[in-house]
Amino acid sequence: MRVLAAMSGGVDSAVAAARAVDAGHEVVGVHLALSRNPATARNGARGCCTVEDARDARRAADVLGIPFYVWDLAEDFTREVIDDFVAEYAAGRTPNPCVRCNEKIKFSALLDKALALGFDALATGHYARVLRTGDGTPELHRALDAAKDQSYVLGVLTPERLDTALFPLGDAADKKAVRAEADRRGLMVAEKPDSHDICFVPDGDTRTWLGARIPSRPGDVLDTDGELVGAHSGAAGYTVGQRRGLNLGRPAADGRPRYVLEVSTADNTVTVGSAEELVTDVLAAGPPTWCGPAPSVGDTLGVQVQAHGREVGCVVEQLEPALVVSVPDGLRAVAPGQTAVLYDGTRVVGSATVGTAS
Amino acid sequence: MTAYLDHAATTPMLPEALAAMAAELAEPGNASSLHSSGRRARRVVEESREQVAATLDAGPHEVVFTAGGTEADNLAVKGLYWQRIGQDSRRRRILAGAVEHHAVLDPVAWLREHEGAEVVWLPVDHLGRLDVDVLRAEIQRDPASVALVTVMWANNEVGTVQPVAQVVAAAREHGIPVHSDAVQAVGALPVDFAASGLDALTLTGHKLGGPVGAGALLLRRGVDLTPVLHGGGQERGVRSGTLDVAAVRALAVAAVAAVARQPHESVRVAALRDSLVAGVRSVVPDVALSGDPDPAGRLPGNAHLTFEGCEGDSLLYLLDARGVECSTGSACQAGVPQPSHVLQAMGVEDSRARGALRFSLGHTSTPADVAELVAAIGPVVERARTAGLARVHGASR
Repeated sequence: MRVLAAMSGGVDSAVAAARAVDAGHEVVGVHLALSRNPATARNGARGCCTVEDARDARRAADVLGIPFYVWDLAEDFTREVIDDFVAEYAAGRTPNPCVRCNEKIKFSALLDKALALGFDALATGHYARVLRTGDGTPELHRALDAAKDQSYVLGVLTPERLDTALFPLGDAADKKAVRAEADRRGLMVAEKPDSHDICFVPDGDTRTWLGARIPSRPGDVLDTDGELVGAHSGAAGYTVGQRRGLNLGRPAADGRPRYVLEVSTADNTVTVGSAEELVTDVLAAGPPTWCGPAPSVGDTLGVQVQAHGREVGCVVEQLEPALVVSVPDGLRAVAPGQTAVLYDGTRVVGSATVGTAS
Repeated sequence: MTAYLDHAATTPMLPEALAAMAAELAEPGNASSLHSSGRRARRVVEESREQVAATLDAGPHEVVFTAGGTEADNLAVKGLYWQRIGQDSRRRRILAGAVEHHAVLDPVAWLREHEGAEVVWLPVDHLGRLDVDVLRAEIQRDPASVALVTVMWANNEVGTVQPVAQVVAAAREHGIPVHSDAVQAVGALPVDFAASGLDALTLTGHKLGGPVGAGALLLRRGVDLTPVLHGGGQERGVRSGTLDVAAVRALAVAAVAAVARQPHESVRVAALRDSLVAGVRSVVPDVALSGDPDPAGRLPGNAHLTFEGCEGDSLLYLLDARGVECSTGSACQAGVPQPSHVLQAMGVEDSRARGALRFSLGHTSTPADVAELVAAIGPVVERARTAGLARVHGASR
């Protein structure tokens, strides 16, 4: 196959590209330029958006002996990911930009371009597995290494997209093994720190970054009875589940800690309540995207609402027009905008964006 | 087989230059040393200087060797600015072409950011040619405030030859020094330093069959500039640093050979270029040639083509995969393609500029190279257009 390997400059995508070469594919490396004016060097443990990362990716491609290009997707990335991220927060929601990037950039703009240019598949360094059923239908599964599993951020991929996706690291034992493999292959990125946080927030301080982009005005903090309990500096600066930094003048009647239950940027209010009130047992989301066959109402599945969150049992209550699942054991601090990913064992069933949690 | 159509980036070394460089690399000696090895090295340098000077009609004392075009451009722009403003603090204005190479553009912008320079970017017409009337008007507005004028001899992207003689004439009467980046011109067009009236001219080895990392600034006798590199006082104190004798030797050999061959070589290469453009057009009828369509107004080896509905990086990849090597022509920042300031200055819409490719021919180019491109370009453009459409649809999804 002709495989386009997305290379961020990090160890995972470099080893993924190497494994694709080993598998006998004709591999071409591509680094996505997601910023028009990339910083020249990394600050801290970030990896994917700097000139240094582009150079690391190019060097890895050189070692693998594959052609390498930089493709400018900055415009798409700004529009689909960064602007969306800001707009979501401004609307009082909590988006996952990595999910969004996979849905709109890597497995959309990039994959479309790759297929149009004659490539058969796109390889990335995600830890997840595409397994094939007897008739060749692709299924998305969790990675072998549960600690590194990244299937959550891929839960937005349709079977059509999965059909042209390669995740060569899906069966890696663990990150240590991947680093050792990079070292053995002479890839200089073997010791490069993991990237985390949000790649387009240069210093990792998302709150300050958002604060500079979302106009804020002070407003009321209310309790669930609608009583005024304090003041906030701008509703968009709060997240469901947040406890610190509320600066409530009046303690709760029972003296117990209070958490953000709801953020309404329309009313410019923040509603707080007890830990119990933070737990939801019904998850109402938007229209689902299925990675394979759709489940049926009444199916017992697992649901995960954060990239590094744990999976809890759920029962499908409604599929159309929007997904609703009940969560018998309850889920804590689920915010609108988060992605709910459904699992059936290790298989990713699909996903939907959380609307209102009640 | 690979069709190398990127001579404007780097042209292969001429065999005689490579041989001279290899032979010289084996010799010991620092050209600044006083012992016999040093004297031998110095003699090679000085003979090379005389050869470069003679071949471009300059005096030997007017040749300042540098480590390439970027260094020579920096030395000219910064050195002249500092010298001129040191003599008269009113001389803050730099008049520079809007389509200069980044080796001129960026030092000029740096002087504006850090040294208080005021910059006037001189506009070009739709062919990429400088508007001399604007230059005259800018000078006449306040001649005493102009530190220098810098206008390239010929553009590296679209190949347009600039009206250097008129630029010099406009500046001369006010005693304003003029620099010209001629790295694309030397060996491709007749270049006569004395006749040009220029005060400073940049050339570099790897565009004319010499090595990368060797270049020169021709600096008119009597024109002073402030050094950028300080140290051992080599090159009359204008450019300190131990000379790379082998590279200087190879630069001189290449310059002499390239200039000697230029009259007939430029005719041969221009004919090849014309067949390239015609060949591509026969397969892709709506291809557009940027720059001056009149061969007299453009570099003989330059064919700058735009393919509607395509992205340059798609074309580049698809051609590379078929063994055709070319360039998008515009500068990259860490491999990140930036919109071409040259095409922008020419008023080319961004959507069209995105589909630009520069094919550049040189001394090793043959009809077979052109044939290979013409054979590949049809399916490549078709595929790149499909990819371009995929992008448009993907964006609206």
